[in-house]
Amino acid sequence: MNQFTSVHVFYLLQAARWTLLLSLIALMGGGVLGLVLALGRVSRSRILRGLATTYIQVVQGTPLLVLLFLSYFGLSLAGYRLDPLIAAGLSLTFYVGAFLGEIWRGCIEAVPRTQWEASDCLGLSRFQQYTHVILPQAVRIATAPTVGFMVQVVKNTSLASIIGFVELTRAGQIVNNSTFQPFLVFLFVAAIYFAICYPLSVASRILERRLHVAR
Amino acid sequence: MSQDSAVSIGRPRRNPDGPANAADIVVSVRDVTKYFGPLKVLDGVSLDVRQGQLVAIVGRSGSGKSTLLRCMNGLEAIQGGRIVICGHDVGAGKSNRAELRRDVGMVFQSYNLFPHLTVERNITLALTLVKKNSKPEARRIATEVLALVGLADKIAAYPEQLSGGQQQRVAIARSLALSPQVMLFDEVTSALDPELTVEVLKVMEDLAGRGMTMVLVTHEMAFARRVADQVVFMHKGKIWEAGPTAQLFAHPTTAEFTQFIGTGL
Repeated sequence: MNQFTSVHVFYLLQAARWTLLLSLIALMGGGVLGLVLALGRVSRSRILRGLATTYIQVVQGTPLLVLLFLSYFGLSLAGYRLDPLIAAGLSLTFYVGAFLGEIWRGCIEAVPRTQWEASDCLGLSRFQQYTHVILPQAVRIATAPTVGFMVQVVKNTSLASIIGFVELTRAGQIVNNSTFQPFLVFLFVAAIYFAICYPLSVASRILERRLHVAR
Repeated sequence: MSQDSAVSIGRPRRNPDGPANAADIVVSVRDVTKYFGPLKVLDGVSLDVRQGQLVAIVGRSGSGKSTLLRCMNGLEAIQGGRIVICGHDVGAGKSNRAELRRDVGMVFQSYNLFPHLTVERNITLALTLVKKNSKPEARRIATEVLALVGLADKIAAYPEQLSGGQQQRVAIARSLALSPQVMLFDEVTSALDPELTVEVLKVMEDLAGRGMTMVLVTHEMAFARRVADQVVFMHKGKIWEAGPTAQLFAHPTTAEFTQFIGTGL
């Protein structure tokens, strides 16, 4: 049996980079998808609203784990053999998009109706209203809940371990298999997750304060 | 205001009490009916506003006066009748909305400045985006309209750094910057303390003096009485009583209006 040594620590830290990369993919992909969905949800077109609502309800009603199984095992049965990183990135994108879409819809709707009216009376087109008046204010409202949700995303990447993607949690399992010191190993894993997530929470608070002062 | 001014305010004031002339009519409201669900909020309303006139619409809460104003520039759809403002048929849908917006300015009770933008950008936003003015040009206009409302020194401020009265004056300046033919004021002093109300009313009186065509919904009866050419009293979604200000106040013909001015509202 091996002792838990600096070699293991180094291994875990290396794996944490994959956790970060996966989080980044999920947030960027999910961010783009979320914006499209949020705009769809507040669209004047009934069809777009319906599509966005259906997507969000279906994905929010599906466990992330099932999404992972579908994209990794499901697609491989259909003949598409995805790399675990791609499969995990794809599932998380779909998942994060659904939640950000709904969070951001709320933020867009939280901008007072009168801002629409005032900008309408000044002759701005709907696109100009969005880009210059509504979205800049919605972004401010969205900052705190979005960063709060980012913390969830970072932690949820651990589910990718189930399809064999070696991120932080999977690396913890591997180290534990060789050292058999679960308490120590997973405490260390938890500490790394905390080290990633805590700055996000702090950043959220600072950002919120700064944006508030700046307006 | 100098001749080379970038902002045009109204037109030379013609005799507002003279005989009606079709070419003079800036706002024409004909038999307008408006429902909120089953509730009839405007019931066959007809009203003309002539070039250079200041028309004050008064009445109790729920009498339909704000709704009438909002219908005038298409913020609310009407179910019957016709509204033509500066030659644009308001009910004609999106096609002429841009021209309508260019000719009609509106100021709201809650100011509705854009909180994330400076005073300058609040004013220049539509100038650069809609009127396609260059940035220096837009800036010059902003400076000019801010001077008109006495806030030239606040050009770099954010709305939340201003008092309510100052915010409302910026909102008036923002609307003025687009050189509208007519301006609609929807209870613009109702959210203000009395001393802040005075500074906003002063700006409006100044505008009226420059010949701007103005329609205002107001609770400031003393102001309406002093400045308005015509007063329209609304009651239960109808124009209950209307006419030249002095005449109307001196000889009210309906019990409702007599009571309304009697209560000091």
